[in-house]
Amino acid sequence: MNNPEPLAKEFRVLGTRPIRPDGLDKVTGRALFSDDFYLPDMIHGRILRSPHAHAKIKSIDTSAAAALPGVRAVVTGADFPPIESKMMSQGVAGMINIGDVADNCIARDKVLYDGHAVAGVAADNPHVAEEAVNLIKVEYELLPPVMDVRTAMAADAPVIHEDFYPGAFILPTEKYLPNATRMQMGSGDLEKGFAEADIIVEREFTSETIHQGYIESHITTVKWDENNHITVWTATQGIFNLRDLTAGVLLVPMANVKVVPLEVGGAFGGKERMYLEPIAAMLSKKSHHAVKIALRRDEVLRATGPSSGTYVKVKFGAKKDGTLVAADLHLAYEAGAYAGGPIFLGAISSTSRYNIPNIQINGFDVIVNKPTMRPYRAPGAPQALFAVEQVIDELARELEMDIIDFRMKNLTKTGDLLVAGFPCAPIDTVNMMETVKAHPHYTAPLTGENQGRGLAYTMWFNLGEASSAQISINPDGSVQVTTSCPDMSGTRMTFAMQAAEALGIDVEHVTASVGDTEAVGFSLPTVGSRTTYATGAVIYDIAQEVLGEMSARVALLWETDSELVIVDKGVFSNKEDANLTMSFHEVCEKLHETGGPITVHNSKSSQSFIPGTCVHLTDVEVDPETGKVDILRYTVFQDVGKAVHPDYVEGQMQGAAVQGIGMALNEGYFYDAEGHLKNASLLDYRMPTTLDIPMIETVILESPNPAHPYGVRGCGEHSIIPPPAAIANAIHDAVGVRMNSMPMAPHKVCAAIKQKQAADA
Amino acid sequence: MHDFEYCAPDKLQEALGLMATHKGSAQLLAGGTDLIVFMRARSKRPDLLIDVKKIPELSELQLDKAGLTIGASVSCRAIYENDQIAGKYSALVDSTTLIGGIQIQGRASIGGNLCTAAPSADTIPTLIAYSAVANVVSDKGERQIPVEEFCVAPGQTILNDDEILVNLFIPAPAPRSGAMFLRFIPRNEMDIAVVNAAAFVELDEAGQNFISARIAIGAVAPTPLFVEEAGAAMIDKPVNEESLLNAARIARDAASPINDMRGTVEHRKQLVEVLTRRALYGAIERARGALE
Amino acid sequence: MSKRTHVTTTINNKSVDFLCEPRQSLLEVLRDVLFLTGTKDGCNDGNCGACSVIMDGVLVDSCCILGVEAEDSEIETIEGLAQNGELHPLQKAFLEQTGMQCGICTPGFLMAAKALLDKNPQPDEQQIRHWLAGNLCRCTGYDKLIRSVMIASESMAEA
Repeated sequence: MNNPEPLAKEFRVLGTRPIRPDGLDKVTGRALFSDDFYLPDMIHGRILRSPHAHAKIKSIDTSAAAALPGVRAVVTGADFPPIESKMMSQGVAGMINIGDVADNCIARDKVLYDGHAVAGVAADNPHVAEEAVNLIKVEYELLPPVMDVRTAMAADAPVIHEDFYPGAFILPTEKYLPNATRMQMGSGDLEKGFAEADIIVEREFTSETIHQGYIESHITTVKWDENNHITVWTATQGIFNLRDLTAGVLLVPMANVKVVPLEVGGAFGGKERMYLEPIAAMLSKKSHHAVKIALRRDEVLRATGPSSGTYVKVKFGAKKDGTLVAADLHLAYEAGAYAGGPIFLGAISSTSRYNIPNIQINGFDVIVNKPTMRPYRAPGAPQALFAVEQVIDELARELEMDIIDFRMKNLTKTGDLLVAGFPCAPIDTVNMMETVKAHPHYTAPLTGENQGRGLAYTMWFNLGEASSAQISINPDGSVQVTTSCPDMSGTRMTFAMQAAEALGIDVEHVTASVGDTEAVGFSLPTVGSRTTYATGAVIYDIAQEVLGEMSARVALLWETDSELVIVDKGVFSNKEDANLTMSFHEVCEKLHETGGPITVHNSKSSQSFIPGTCVHLTDVEVDPETGKVDILRYTVFQDVGKAVHPDYVEGQMQGAAVQGIGMALNEGYFYDAEGHLKNASLLDYRMPTTLDIPMIETVILESPNPAHPYGVRGCGEHSIIPPPAAIANAIHDAVGVRMNSMPMAPHKVCAAIKQKQAADA
Repeated sequence: MHDFEYCAPDKLQEALGLMATHKGSAQLLAGGTDLIVFMRARSKRPDLLIDVKKIPELSELQLDKAGLTIGASVSCRAIYENDQIAGKYSALVDSTTLIGGIQIQGRASIGGNLCTAAPSADTIPTLIAYSAVANVVSDKGERQIPVEEFCVAPGQTILNDDEILVNLFIPAPAPRSGAMFLRFIPRNEMDIAVVNAAAFVELDEAGQNFISARIAIGAVAPTPLFVEEAGAAMIDKPVNEESLLNAARIARDAASPINDMRGTVEHRKQLVEVLTRRALYGAIERARGALE
Repeated sequence: MSKRTHVTTTINNKSVDFLCEPRQSLLEVLRDVLFLTGTKDGCNDGNCGACSVIMDGVLVDSCCILGVEAEDSEIETIEGLAQNGELHPLQKAFLEQTGMQCGICTPGFLMAAKALLDKNPQPDEQQIRHWLAGNLCRCTGYDKLIRSVMIASESMAEA
């Protein structure tokens, strides 16, 4: 199979850098985020949360809370309809157990993590609500907490769920241990493969639970009225997902629930589920007021959806010419309190970029007493890459091969069979490697002691799946595009640009917006780097339909056959008469006379598992006396197929890189022995500041994606994956130590250096 | 937050009266960057908040021949934006420019930092190194407390319920002296110190030997620690690597750090030694600079 | 319950008065009492800068200040940055240079950057980074944000 041909056409709109329409409201503070939303009759909710990691609820006494002046309603788990464990399909994303979702939103018999919701109060103002929450008395019977994957998988581990459905992913998972499910992928013959190896490296790695760290908390306003209609105003990545989960947990018809999306203040995967709506809705139902719940920062860290801590053991074998012959991977990822964490995606992304003929991947989804692990921008991939790319680096150095040449010997190319069982869709991976090698950063001399350079390479797959959109053409030539994928990063603009490109008009004439669940048809959430690609693809199709309908109108006006009307770059012309032309604008002016306005709505499911590649190159300096690692230089290379808006693509590359740098160096949950989260604040959950990061150079590669009319690949996630491995490889280059534990905080770097000094002595 | 009363007296006498009547259920508010956060976290729940920012004695900032008087509610920013003070008390600038970011520095006061009495406080080792003295008053009278005696346990000061810290007095530094404060944190800003250290040195005329030295370390004991022995060991010693290493080792031995979410025992002990040595080095450079 | 206090202050050059409980922070007053919702709540404990405002010429976190402390102060919020419909050069730069993505941290950064340029009209990259270290952004990785500030300061110097 061949690499995709570069697109011959020139783009008029794609590749330019117009200013996003929602930008004005954002720089003036006028944009409506969830906490800026008010209803006149709104009251305020607050949630009581478990202070224990694992306990039975023996009793809850809410009487003092209910009696506090200003309190309008109190709810506990008992107020909610019992939801049996039932698997609900989420399409290619797998299945989720709606009973688990309900239980996570408010506990009934057992609390499963520090922060698990136990009760809710609605009052006239947040301070009274908080005071009331503190008056609720809960009696717990403590159970032993299970706080990491190895403890959870040990023979004598306390059992967290007597029964649970294994998280169902694209590949089947099976219950394997009392607290873990297993999935397996592989091909070839491991024993034979390792027998052929000239060199074998076996290493273990661990990482901590980490959070997406969006600056906006979770805030929702919900009204459940007396006609059994529920309206939700909130920031969410998936309006239909949230609608269906709300309906499913509260036993209300889906069509009775309306989700109105507000501006999203950061999400990165953490706002694609549901946390607050059931409690807010029930409080609303009981109080007959709309109820707003706004989580405090510590609640966000304790009780939403972080990403897995892990234990990863890998064994790789290679021949002396650098060919990889065998790989055995054991990946144990936290699922959190309920099955269904990111293990599948972590497993599939661990080695897909290399051809390894003999490979076995055992992936474990492990239940622990922590909040449910949810997607965080390329879910599970950074943790897997931290392990594998360091081993690749080690193999290359052992064989004294250039780190890029080693990778090129094993590169997955278009058509190669991936470990997941399907071929790699078209992408030019060789060009990526050559581009990195030719870049000045690759050969720039390092200027000081204890400085080092590291590289890491990833291939990640973006989703396609279902998106809906609607295009309306107005008589004045302006165009409205309505979609149902919330805008987290500027995608409104990329929709407008793709519509303008397809229709042959200027982007200034196009307004793109995100509708609520009653305005437009179903879209899968804004996840998996799918939005610009999949919603763009349906917009392209709809635009073709629009142009077809407009051509029919032109034919009517010219009293000719519609086959004779052609359109290019916004101009309609007659195949048989070169003098007969009409502009897009002129056709619009005649809409009412030729049959009325044109509105086309459609849905489309786009191909998933579109590969995208990303390489990071970084220079670091280590202070061996303190273990501090400073980043001196950082370059991101990413193949995005076609950059619709290059500024936004660069922004994704840079923003994701810094999240990866954060998890590499300093971010990680710290639990005490009893399972309490100690660093539930932005003081001690240490995300990078302006002083921690240099300017980040970006290099955009474009090997077009044939599954999209303009060659677009999803690009939002990839750049979070390489930083931990790149930095670890750079630290090794600088001071000769292999970091096997993330975050690579100063005390660990110091300890590793000390260990090496002792060993060398 | 819980419910409380708020007042903002403009007379010290009035504040003292309120402290006396409220017997420990009143708290003083200066910058608020610690107290308001504590109150929100419910770890402090005063019935009355006494805002002291209008009391002239607590807003005083006075540099004269005798030394520097810093009113208890004076902000970090006011210190480092004052060129004269910045020139004479470099380590104070080190401390005040490191606390929590520009926004925090705009409100946070040195007096508040001292009274919060966190073991990791970023101004206290510096105050100790500079031989600062706390001037404290109550209805019954006044007393002076050397800063190294001010904190008695994590979050606890030596103050009685009815006492108010009015100001800190830092004596004028001797000629040929210099000081430096260093802090180790995992990021480059916004963190609580894993370890911090301040060193003050006084050199002889030639700049070749130590006349005196004061070393204080933080985040490695229940309170910021004045390591008297480390400074004492430097008296009359030559200004060289060995003296520094020796003092750093003494400081390291004086530290009793714990394992917590901000650091480990081993790492903190190592950092005490490293920071003490580097702070001494920096103090010496500044002292030598003062010679020129 | 303590009585609400009547506070008189100046916000964006306009005299404003309001009632608030002592326990309501300046951030809460701005957002929930005065409906000036441009100032954002990111952490409510002084660790992210989303609530940054300028008070008596000093850049501060409004979550760490009580509403009652605003008496007789002059406060500048994001709502006052654009004058008569004209965007401040910082706002223009953030728009043109893609200095923001989701926009939640943007008001805080704009007020912080304004305070910097008021004090030091020509800061270099390191000075900008140092000044803005109290503001967290999770979307941009800071690169284009810092460049926006640099370009704004250049355009203000040329004007």
